[in-house]
This record gives sequence, structure tokens and C-alpha cells, in this order.
Amino acid sequence: MTDAPRNRQRRAFMRNSLLSIPAVSVGSSLAFRASAAAPEAPPLHDYYPTFFTSEEWQFILSATDLLIPADDTGPGALDAHVPVFIDRELAGGYGQAEHWYMQGPFRTDAPAEMGYQLPHTPAAVYRLGIRATDAHCRRHFSKPFAALDKATRTEVLSALEKGTPDFNALGIANLPSSTFFAFLLQNTREGFLSDPIHGGNRHMVGWKMLGFTGARASFREWVDQYDQPYPLGPVSLNGERG
Amino acid sequence: MNDKDNSAMKTLPSVDAVIIGLGWTGSIMGMELTDAGLNVVALERGGDRTKEDFLYPKPADELKYGVRLEMMQRPKQSTVTIRRNADEEALPQRHWTTFHPGDGVGGAGSHWTGVLYRATPTELSLKSFADRTFEPGFLPEDMTIQDYGVTYEELEPHYDFFEKVAGLSGQAGNVQGEIIDGGNPFEGPRQNPFPLPPLPRTLTDTLFTEATKKLGWHPYPYPSANVSGAWTNPYGMQLGPCNFCGFCSNYGCLNYSKASPQTCVLDALKQRETFSYRTHCEVTRIVKSDDGETVKGVVYRDGEGQETFQPAGMVILASFPLSNVRILLLSEIGKPYDPVANTGVVGRNFSYQITGSIDMYFKDHQFNPFISAGGSGQVIDDFSPDTFDTASHGFIGGSYIYTTQGPGGAIGAIRTPPGSASWGSEWKKNASEHYGHHMMLGTTGTNMSYRDVYLDLDPTYTDPHGDPLLRMTYDWKDNDMRMTQFMAERMREIVAELKPDYHTESFKQVGDHFDPSHYQSTHLTGGAIMGTDPKTSVLNRYLQHWDAHNLFVMGASAFPQNMQHNPTGTVAALTYWSAKHIRERYLKAPGPLMEKA
Ligand SMILES: Cc1cc2nc3c(=O)[nH]c(=O)nc-3n(C[C@H](O)[C@H](O)[C@H](O)COP(=O)(O)OP(=O)(O)OC[C@H]3O[C@@H](n4cnc5c(N)ncnc54)[C@H](O)[C@@H]3O)c2cc1C
Ligand code: SF4
Repeated sequence: MTDAPRNRQRRAFMRNSLLSIPAVSVGSSLAFRASAAAPEAPPLHDYYPTFFTSEEWQFILSATDLLIPADDTGPGALDAHVPVFIDRELAGGYGQAEHWYMQGPFRTDAPAEMGYQLPHTPAAVYRLGIRATDAHCRRHFSKPFAALDKATRTEVLSALEKGTPDFNALGIANLPSSTFFAFLLQNTREGFLSDPIHGGNRHMVGWKMLGFTGARASFREWVDQYDQPYPLGPVSLNGERG
Repeated sequence: MNDKDNSAMKTLPSVDAVIIGLGWTGSIMGMELTDAGLNVVALERGGDRTKEDFLYPKPADELKYGVRLEMMQRPKQSTVTIRRNADEEALPQRHWTTFHPGDGVGGAGSHWTGVLYRATPTELSLKSFADRTFEPGFLPEDMTIQDYGVTYEELEPHYDFFEKVAGLSGQAGNVQGEIIDGGNPFEGPRQNPFPLPPLPRTLTDTLFTEATKKLGWHPYPYPSANVSGAWTNPYGMQLGPCNFCGFCSNYGCLNYSKASPQTCVLDALKQRETFSYRTHCEVTRIVKSDDGETVKGVVYRDGEGQETFQPAGMVILASFPLSNVRILLLSEIGKPYDPVANTGVVGRNFSYQITGSIDMYFKDHQFNPFISAGGSGQVIDDFSPDTFDTASHGFIGGSYIYTTQGPGGAIGAIRTPPGSASWGSEWKKNASEHYGHHMMLGTTGTNMSYRDVYLDLDPTYTDPHGDPLLRMTYDWKDNDMRMTQFMAERMREIVAELKPDYHTESFKQVGDHFDPSHYQSTHLTGGAIMGTDPKTSVLNRYLQHWDAHNLFVMGASAFPQNMQHNPTGTVAALTYWSAKHIRERYLKAPGPLMEKA
């Protein structure tokens, strides 16, 4: 991310627009400082997306915040830096479908059991999916997704999940809205629950929510301690302890 | 090769034997053939993998290995197309969902789970068993099951040896005919007990044992190649006790505890001057000799794209069933199978594995699912192909029923109640409260072979170099669905004993069609099967190609139909069996080891 274009205007814009997200989501991360001296990731509003444009970034911030909100159960996707994770994944090999078989012909109407058959890389799924969702929101609510109130955003995400918005009618071919949603949800969960080395799960908040141990990876003496909650918190690949 | 421009082809000095693929079978053959004094080179499509790659904590990365499948074959380099029947258009697996073929030194053997089994005597002679057991006309007409052509007694010493190579941990149930309590009483007789005792038992193992004993069944520990204690194998390689790290299936082992080509064979093999291997070398063709009865070497493309001819006195094809069959078809060695005319053999009798599962939620149990080892679990074999009257239930075949604690990772371990939200605060609350309270029951069963289930070359899709991809025509059949439904009923009896707060089921029904969008198993078998009749098999009973006597084909592609248990014990035993006959007979007098009847 160090090689991302440094654009002051853009930075100011992002910081401002991040503030429009309910304060509780962002603020609650303060309560989850790491106990060990791990290198501190910059706060979310100082992050320059490598893959996403500023409009797309607004979408990702506001969508992931609803998919995994900060609430009574604990910190949410923004605290965990899920948007950073998704940005890094899409800018890297995963986003480019580096290892996937992407030769045609593409049978985009194939039955779901045949698995992924679209011509889009994951990066393209996001680019097109966000554009189509924002177009859908503008058409129905006169604003892009990120500018909608929480109830309406929730409604839009539910509709995407069910696949009701017809992206084709909005000029985006070969992308069912439910497919876009499935990528978004899967990658959001990954960003919440994968090792912090990948940019998300900051201070291992996702793991702590579950009681998952991270990279501890040594439990021989615990195998036969039945029904005992494991007493130690997680560790990350970089040695951060929680 | 015939239709290619060979002008830029480089030709290397000849070697005694070339091995295609350096996974389990390639490594074993490397050992055996260098033992016999041959000069051997192995060509591996993927990169090198050494102990540096498996140092703690590197493998403990669920996103990289468990989700993005870092250790697997790259679909971009080569994938498989799938259709359910001849009327459908086959479509490629663009990223792996239904199975995970391995790649790189060690092959699937470096990231497998480590459940290490033998076939039963019945399974190796299934057709003879069926003829003895069922009324004429009981088997469906399109079922094409066969005997392996090798018996359990013949393979027993080789199973025994490989179990020592892998440090197999568990409890024998039948030693020289004596049935031993706590082991699997339905297994074939073994000459020796297991090298090592079972892994420590988890909570899921214990609950499973109690429930299945009450039901009058015979639970025993999974035979595990995640070793339970320190072990030095016959090659002098050392393994250390598994620590239930939780990053096992799909991952390389960070603890030198999982038997793999690396931990059990390769470091010893690499010391030998007569052995060498080249990575990023993808074999595209085996080249036939003009004599019409042998092959003369292989053509491969190296990491720079250079096409190279490697002449060799013998060719060992050891590249996993999918790749084995594709290379044979591309090389035009053996007659391709035609399901309509019912002629030819290459691609015939492809089979897979029938699986199903139940997930149980216990509010009052804490399973700590991160405490998990791939080969740890508890099993019953009471419903094997020959342990009960399957005919009265309308099928041939059988399955084992098991539990294993896990899954190790966090992303894969999220469980929420059926019908509940998949995101938002409701999801989060459920995910958090349910984590660690789930126990699984699984069933893995036989898959019979059928006339219209087969492998051939795809007419449309190619790899980046223009060679056709392998095409799989595969669907679920009523016989096998009736079997898995029978197992579902038995598993519901276990659920009734254990009384979870709720449970969910995932079983296939009669009439369902194969769904490759979900992970099923990487136990892919057949397509280049062994047997005693060249009209119905590609290989003779020594894994020697009927049409080219210096070509031997290793791996589960030799299975005429799939067994209930995991394949690798039998794959390895067959490799040692073949090696024995190469060493004791073939090298002394090269030629067919069996007469064509
Ligand atoms: C996730 C997973 C879990 C498994 N768990 C179990 C288990 O618990 N128990 C069990 O019995 N089995 C299990 N298996 C199956 C087991 O891994 C295989 O049976 C075993 O590895 C087969 O050995 P092999 O030598 O035939 O193939 P592999 O070990 O896969 O080796 C084949 C090698 O050939 C190379 N290759 C392929 N094509 C070419 C080419 N054209 N040119 C050069 N090289 C090539 C590949 O890259 C690979 O390295 C599992 C498999 C997977 C993927
Ligand atoms: S569970 Fe055991 S065998 Fe498996 S990877 Fe971990 S230490 Fe190795």
C-alpha cells in the first residue's frame, strides 16, 4: 500500500465520508487494543485503497459494516479492517483470478451446480457489482448505496442476497446480483476471521469473538480435557497475542 | 506430439527410468527403482516443497491454504470439465470446488488428511463376491464392477510395509485371524499390529464410542498417518507425535507428524546419486516406440516453456488419476473407451466416493474444534459391503460411519442454526454462541462403476497450450443412493443416542444429480484400471500397461470401482506390489508380465 498514489484531496474525502458511518462501529475498536507490541496498523481512515476507487470504497465501508456490525457481541467488520483485507485481496492474485481457469467459452446460464462459470475475475465482480448496486440505489432511492440510511441499506443488501435486483437491466451483463453478494459476504467473513497478516481481523477481534486460538497450533495436552474452555487467547502469525 | 512442430524440441541423454509426478507413488517408485540399481529422474509439474515451507508458523494460515488452496494444482494450468450425462455440455472447474488435486513435490500426499486404510479382501474381489452373493439379475445391467486381479493376501505384505513407512497409529482389529477388542473386527487379517498406538481420544471420539457401543456396533480409532509417537521408519526417516495443531487436511504439517512423501521418503531418496528430480516440468506426452510394444520416453514443458524430450528405458506414470488418464489419452496409448459401442478401455470405470454428513449442536458441550488432527476420529465398519445383507436393502456396497473433531480453522468452523440470518447482528451472535458446540458424523462409502460414467478428452476446452482438458461424465446412481440413505438411517440412530439440541443433515437422495459446486472428496478412482483381461482393463495385474510393457501406471486410476475406505493405503500397496514384480521379474527379462488371454 506504500506505493498507492498519495492524494491529499482523496484522503480528506475518505476521512470525511467515513465519519458518516455510525460512530459506534468505528469507535468501538478503541476498546480492543492489542496486549502485545505488534506493529500498529494505521487507522482505517488513513488507509489508501489500492484497488477500490473512492466511490467503491464508500460502498465497501458501508456494506461490510452492515454484514458484520459492531454490536453487543463485539467489534465489527470496520474494527477488524475488513475493507482493507478486501482491497488487498482484490489488488493481489485472488482479485486477478491468478490461478483460476478463465478460458472461454463461458456458459453464464449454466446451472448453479456447475460452479462458477462467469467471465469475471473477483476484481471485476466487485467493480461491476458495486456499479450496478449504486445504479439500482440511485434509480430507487435517488442516492448511491453509501449515502442511504441504515434501514434502506439493509433492505438493499437483503435484496442482493435474494438476487432480486436485475443487474442486466442496469446495463451490467452476466452478473446475478446474488453472485456479487455471495462474493461480498464470503470475503467479508474471510477478512473478519483470517490471520491479521492479510490485512483484516485487526487485533484478532474476529477470533476473540469465537474463542479461536489463531496460530497457536499445539494442543497435545488439551486433547482429553473434555468440555473445558481453552484458557489462552489467540496468537497471530506475526506473534501478536490477544 | 505427432501434430506438433518438434523443431525446437531439446533432447536429453537417456535415463533408465523416468517418473511422471513426484507425489506418494512417484516417491515410492523412486526408492524402489534406485534400490534396484536404476538411474532415475522424476519430472514434477509443480514447484519444490521442502521442510522450509512447513516451518512453524507458516502452515497455520487458513486463508492461504484452507481457503485459497495454495498447495493445489492450478486450474489455470490444467483443470477438468464435468457433465452429468452425455446430453449435457461439460463445463470446467474454474476454481476447485468438488475436489482438490495436489501439485508440487509431494503431490496431494503433502497436504492429505492422513487417514490410512487397507481395502477389505472382499473389496479387491468385488465382482467375484457379487457373483457368489447376489441372485442373478440383482446388479443393475449398466454396472461394470470388476475384480482388481490382485488379492488381499498378495497385497498384505505391501500394506504392512507402507504402514511402517508412514508410522501408522491405531488399533489393529484382526492380527493373523485373531479378533482384537477395540480394533476393527471387519478388517482383513494383518500379519502385524499397528506400528504405533492410537492418537489420544477427543471428546467427539468418546461420545461416538459410547453411542455406537450401545447400538451394538464396533467402534475403533481411525487408522492415522498423523503419528501418535516418535517413529523411525524403514528408510531411517523420523516422525514426531502429532500435536493436534488444527491445520491438517489441505495443509502441510508444521510438526513432522503427518506421513508425507517429504517426511517419509524424499529426504532419504534425495541422498541417492542415481536419483534426481526436476520441478516445473509438465509432462505432455509419453512417446511410443516404433516397435509397437514399448514407449521410448516423455515430452515435457519446463518452467521456461522449453519443450524437451527425455528418453528413458522405462516410464512410470504417477501423476494422480486425473492426470494419468489425460496423459494416456493425449499420448494415444491404449484404446479410448467408447461407452456407446462399449469398446476401448482408457477412461472406463471412473468412480468417485459417496459421502454424507450430519451436524449436531450441543449447548452443553465444548469441543474446542481448533484441537483437531486430520487422522483423528472414531469409526464403525459394521456396514461394509460384506458385513450385512445389503441385498435386502436393495444395493451392493457399504460405507463407514465416523466422527472427527474439528474443523481446525475459524472461517470453516462457523455454524449457525438452519434458517437463521447469514449476516448482521443475528448471524454474529449465533456464530459466536455456536462456535465449539458442534460435532459431526460422516459417512464415506463405495461407489460402483457404470457403463456411462467415464473420462475422455473435452471437445471444447483446452489448457493454455491448446491440449484438450480431461472431461468427466459422472452422475449418482440409484444403487449408491440407496446405500447412502441406509447409512443416513444408521446415523440417525447415533443422533438419537447422543440427543443433541438439534441436528442438520446433508445426504444425497435417489434421483439427485451430482453437484460439483460443493466439496465432496479427492478420492477419484479408475479410468486406467487394472485387471486380467486387456479388453476390460488398461493395465495388467502388475500395473503394467497391456500395450506397452515398459510403461507402468501407479495410483488409484487402477481401481475398477471405489472402496469405502480412503484410497492411499491401497495405492501405496499396489505401488510396492508393482515394484516387486518390476524388480524381481521385469528387469531380468523385460516384456509383458502377463499373457494377453
Ligand atoms: C485434501 C486431501 C485430503 C486427502 N486425504 C486422504 C486421506 O485421509 N486418506 C487417503 O487415503 N487419501 C487421502 N487423499 C488422497 C491422497 O492424497 C492420494 O490418494 C495420494 O496422494 C495419491 O498419490 P499419487 O502419487 O497417486 O498422487 P499425488 O500424491 O497427488 O502425486 C501426483 C503428482 O503428480 C504431479 N503431476 C500431475 N500431472 C503431471 C504432469 N503432467 N507432469 C508432471 N507432474 C505431474 C502432481 O503435481 C503431483 O505432485 C487426500 C487428498 C486430498 C487432496
Ligand atoms: S494435526 Fe498433527 S499431523 Fe496434522 S498437521 Fe497438525 S501436527 Fe501435523
